Amino acid sequence: MSLRSEHSRRSILAGMGIAAVGLTFGLEGCSKEKTAVAGGEEAKLNFYTWDTYIGKTTLSDFRTKTGIDVNMSLFATNDELFAKLKAGNPGFDVIVPSNEFVQRMSQADMLMPLDHAKIPNFKNVEPAFVNPEFDPGRKWSMPYTWLVLGIGYRKSKVQGVPDSWKYLFDSDQYKGRIALLSESADVMRLGARYLGHSVNGLDQATIDQVTAMLIKQKPNIKAFHEDNGQDMLLAGDVDLVLEYNGDIAQIMTEDPDIDFVVPKEGSLLNSDCLCIPKGAPRPNNAHAFINFLLDGKVGAEIAETISYPTPNAAARALMPESYRNNPVIFPSGVGFDKSEFGKFEGAEQQSAFETAMTKIRAA
Amino acid sequence: MSGENWRQERKTLLATLGPPLFWLTLFFLVPLAVVWAYSFGRNVGLTEIEISGTFANYAQAIQPLYLGIFFKSMLMAAACTVICLIAGFPVALAITFAPDKAKAWLLLAVMLPFWTNLLIRTYALIAVLRNEGYINLTLGWVWKQVGLVLNVPPFVPLEMLHNNPAVLFGLVYVHLPFMVLPLYAALDRLDRSLIEASLDLGAGHFRTMMLVVVPLALPGILSGVLITFIPALGAYLTPDLLGGPDSQMIANVIERQFKRANDWPFGAALSFLLLYLTFVMVAVQALIQRRRGAR
Repeated sequence: MSLRSEHSRRSILAGMGIAAVGLTFGLEGCSKEKTAVAGGEEAKLNFYTWDTYIGKTTLSDFRTKTGIDVNMSLFATNDELFAKLKAGNPGFDVIVPSNEFVQRMSQADMLMPLDHAKIPNFKNVEPAFVNPEFDPGRKWSMPYTWLVLGIGYRKSKVQGVPDSWKYLFDSDQYKGRIALLSESADVMRLGARYLGHSVNGLDQATIDQVTAMLIKQKPNIKAFHEDNGQDMLLAGDVDLVLEYNGDIAQIMTEDPDIDFVVPKEGSLLNSDCLCIPKGAPRPNNAHAFINFLLDGKVGAEIAETISYPTPNAAARALMPESYRNNPVIFPSGVGFDKSEFGKFEGAEQQSAFETAMTKIRAA
Repeated sequence: MSGENWRQERKTLLATLGPPLFWLTLFFLVPLAVVWAYSFGRNVGLTEIEISGTFANYAQAIQPLYLGIFFKSMLMAAACTVICLIAGFPVALAITFAPDKAKAWLLLAVMLPFWTNLLIRTYALIAVLRNEGYINLTLGWVWKQVGLVLNVPPFVPLEMLHNNPAVLFGLVYVHLPFMVLPLYAALDRLDRSLIEASLDLGAGHFRTMMLVVVPLALPGILSGVLITFIPALGAYLTPDLLGGPDSQMIANVIERQFKRANDWPFGAALSFLLLYLTFVMVAVQALIQRRRGAR
């Protein structure tokens, strides 16, 4: 679902299987005595996350503080994470699924409920993320980052601000200069949103309506990108691209001619969360690690490295002005206010989205 | 005496065949059987697959939508194979007639791309073909030089990426060695005195090629065609990265069933349809070979 620039940039490595190898951090200081943590668990932790999605010193800081060695493995998509845990937990203690997959995995009984008593730093979380619809009461997950989909565009090649989904889905004004994300669910939900529906609760009639619209629009679309839309925009292959704000924020530092807008119809929010998968061998260490990541200073260090929006109020307060008030990292306005999280509404709907996308591409 | 010998040889045979057979069974046939079983199953909840013996997945897979994609993939693979054959035959011929020293180097040059990962090579192609890629930058520069002398309209980059020709180009680029190597193997075994005889007896070069070389090299051509067509038919990375909105091939659809759609039974059914197609093609090739052998 939420593949971001860094994931996609490193998909070369991911494709080569390097990512799957898993990198062990913190082995350089083996002389240090390992202190046992609560529950007498082994001082180890298996962390399964996205590539380049952690602060530079976060893991070594955690080891210094608790003596727990974090063994980090990487996945490239939520589907990969889901597929890996589908047949049972192979030994991961903490995973980082996106909101829709938090819902999917909790429904599939793949997650362990969180013990809030062990996560006092939950108090640092912004109010908007304390009780989200996809995880009422934060029973299964803690927020790590969040993102919003919108239109990244090249200012010099576009008239005004393309502040509507119309320019991507229903107009030939920018013929051949548009790239859409190839995620069927995202495209279907946003298409429905443009047609005046909610991003959730799509029925077959709505899906068909969006499919027809996109088949009509297809001659104007240059490509469905595999979340490398920001690269295509930067390289000048296209001038408008459906992407996440974090991705566009990163390339804006390289090219001042690029900007980002959340269309006025509203968009899709996305939040990557920290969860403990069922069957995790070291749940106490896992809770300690999640609590550590939610610490203000630790969160700020992470945000500094990965520059994604943080749902951590304490961390944001510690960040410099250029991050805190960046209008792309923290968008505001009518489109953003109307944005919602996508809900997981059953395997049938997922299949229907996918069939629709196959139809659009085959048309 | 001879019986003992046979028994001994059988032991040797078992000892040599045993490990690879075991390997093949455990890591190829068993997983394949599991996927085959999935193709007769259905999703129960989000994580379970019940093998119910249903044919629903195959019924879904032979809907016009998916048959159309199969057909398109076969068309792409066929076009790729034809181009590879036309481009690869002269190359294989040139290597055959090259001096022995050069031969080794030329063969190495053909195989060199295999030393680099396919994904890396595909990304390199993107860098070459994109609007601000190396080809367009070069053309743009030349255009600018011309513009200094003549009055020409501004340079419009050629659209070489994100369309079907780009996919075809990528497929040919990737699969050309698969064609050249079997062709070379066949041509190298050719009895050159036959070619000389043909030329001596008055046939031109082209006639000699078509009436002597090609028929003799036919087994090599057939295996080259097969070994190019089959992987091209299942190509997944190339259409994904170089293709446009309508460049999907069957492997892309299959991949999405296993990942995004989380519909393994349907993905398994599509995979096995592809496998059956491949079986048919291998069988046809074997049949042609046998008929030639009988003649």
